[in-house]
Amino acid sequence: MPVSSDTRTVSDSLTADAGTPFLDVRDLHVHFPTDDGLVKAVDGLDFTLARGQTVGIVGESGSGKSVASLAILGLHRRSKAKLSGEILLDGEDLLTVSDERIRSLRGNQMAMVFQDPLSALHPYYTIGNQIVEAYRIHNAVSKDAARKRAIEMLDRVGIPNPNRRVDQYPHEFSGGMRQRAMIAMALVNDPKLLIADEPTTALDVTIQAQILDLMKDLQKEFGSAIIIITHDLGVVANVADAILVMYAGKCVEKGSVDEVFYAPQHPYTWGLLASMPRLDKDRSERLDPIPGNPPSLINLPSGCAFNPRCAHRSEVEGDLCRSQVPELLEARPGQSARCHIPAARRADIYAQISGEERIPVPDQISAPVQDLAQDHVPVPVQDKSSDRKP
Amino acid sequence: MLYYIIRRIIAAFLMLVVISIVTFGIFYGGPTDPARLTCGKNCTPASIAANRHALGLDKPVTVQYANFARGLVQARTFPDDPVFARNNPDKVTHCPAPCLGYSPLETKLVTDIVKDRLPVTLSISLGAFVIWIVAGVGLGIVAALKRGHWQDRGIVAISLVFYSFPAFFIALLMYNYLSTQWQLLPPPAYVSIFQDPVAWFQGLLLPWFSLAALFAAGYVRLTRAYMLETMGEDYLRTARAKGLPERTVIFKHTLRAALTPIVTVAGLDFGGLFAGAAITETVFNFQGLGRAVVTSVSVFDLPVIVALVLVAAFFIVMANLVVDVLYGVIDPRVRLA
Repeated sequence: MPVSSDTRTVSDSLTADAGTPFLDVRDLHVHFPTDDGLVKAVDGLDFTLARGQTVGIVGESGSGKSVASLAILGLHRRSKAKLSGEILLDGEDLLTVSDERIRSLRGNQMAMVFQDPLSALHPYYTIGNQIVEAYRIHNAVSKDAARKRAIEMLDRVGIPNPNRRVDQYPHEFSGGMRQRAMIAMALVNDPKLLIADEPTTALDVTIQAQILDLMKDLQKEFGSAIIIITHDLGVVANVADAILVMYAGKCVEKGSVDEVFYAPQHPYTWGLLASMPRLDKDRSERLDPIPGNPPSLINLPSGCAFNPRCAHRSEVEGDLCRSQVPELLEARPGQSARCHIPAARRADIYAQISGEERIPVPDQISAPVQDLAQDHVPVPVQDKSSDRKP
Repeated sequence: MLYYIIRRIIAAFLMLVVISIVTFGIFYGGPTDPARLTCGKNCTPASIAANRHALGLDKPVTVQYANFARGLVQARTFPDDPVFARNNPDKVTHCPAPCLGYSPLETKLVTDIVKDRLPVTLSISLGAFVIWIVAGVGLGIVAALKRGHWQDRGIVAISLVFYSFPAFFIALLMYNYLSTQWQLLPPPAYVSIFQDPVAWFQGLLLPWFSLAALFAAGYVRLTRAYMLETMGEDYLRTARAKGLPERTVIFKHTLRAALTPIVTVAGLDFGGLFAGAAITETVFNFQGLGRAVVTSVSVFDLPVIVALVLVAAFFIVMANLVVDVLYGVIDPRVRLA
């Protein structure tokens, strides 16, 4: 898939003010050859991420979120996956470096927090043992020093009694504590890039909030870049600076959190927002799910992959939705979408379907949108809107 | 952990008591007349009655069991008849504790029979066990790591062939080709290890290999399956994400989890082997416990049968106990239970 030059400038401008991009993913493809055909799990993904910034990757199951993150860590190397494109971490292309080099980066420069901490922690080794192992593989230190470090990290992520807990096994931890331990393990080497794959999905809501707060605090402290993968828009609204919405292996919309929440451009994003419960709506109103199922990644619908589920196909003339794959084009400064509907029409349609007045398209997104949010615009996650960075 | 072990030992002991009662009840309460078999063609009703009395078979089964159980901790004499003992002191057999009984057919103490045959069986099982674990688990790991490649397919195919043949067939095949025709292995014969360790080793090679081939085939498939199952676990992805070298991921993280179920199966198989590998012993003409079981059953040698069943049960229960304790050592989640 050709990458339009627009795309690059868009994504660069997203993070340009925060410094040169630390992570730069360019036209990433991850394809799995199977007996049934080629599964295009990730098909042309571009994004950049600066130090201290958080990007949220959102999408349904099977949209390629996790596959993309595993590709960054180089965890597809031993599998049959075919990768192409570029993943530049601090200028170094992770797709072409040696296995040994990427292994030394893994867990050190870039670390990952997995979804279900019970199955992601080894049941036969103590929490301390597993953290010590992660530390000592990248640092030539004594066992005692590593143990001290493990206790320090457990303390840092808010595990009470770390001196005792360090010798316990994962099954002796509660779900939230396990995820904290997992985060401690990921952060033990002060990674510059932290990938959190659905870090709160297996946790209950109060613990979710604690874990997200913890991640925000740790980011402030360590200045890591964070990729947070989730299907929960509330999580993204809470922690992310930028959002990347994925559908069928492609990025369909990206922009800052404010932009995507207040002026979403892609019908799929509209669907995601409409399917979220909201505090400002009448409780008797039903949630509005997106009809249909995610498409098979082997036989994608022709044209826009979302077209069979899209209610706004009639907006586009000449049935382009079914015949031509839309490019990821800038819709507004700093926000781009992959949709044939003319950019000018989108705001009208969204205002209509969300039952709100038409949202004016501001030139500068930061302050005006914040004001709008307080006046008319629906705020998907009410309690978090105030502490979002402008 | 200590409490857990003690509890398990008590349970194991009770299990053995129950097994002994059931076994004794089945054989002695059953419709056989061991006394009838003691004198062959020369039997007269009077001699049968005399023998029945001499062997204590005229007493109720419960009394016979009580005598048997007491014999395990206290010396007994055969026949257990004070009058007979006073008149014929030279014909009385003394059986020091633990006494498993007296076989009138072999005119031997059962304890001596077990003592003679146990080393043979132990030698066969121990050597075969080592070979089959090393070969079976090792090849299973290779097959799992090379899944889909020719190494995997070859190993699985060969193990399936061995797995499908009956034990005696493999044993005879090996005997015929490896020893007799090609003379690659020395002819099988049992020599005590204390007499001549080299001869012991050489004489046992053939039974070891034939027994191990059979078991190893099963272990290849078992190990491969458990390895593949473990290799899909999330915690291995975590281990790789930590930046661990592949060597550590496989040998430290995968193997430990994958081999846990194998320890269970191996322990039980090993314990079961102590009861005797009847077929292998018969093919190679080794006088082990397995042969003794077959012989004694065919001639209704009740004291020997009961004793051998108990010996077998003892080893299996012990193996179970060891496996349970080992499990607790390997898997921390079991310790609390």
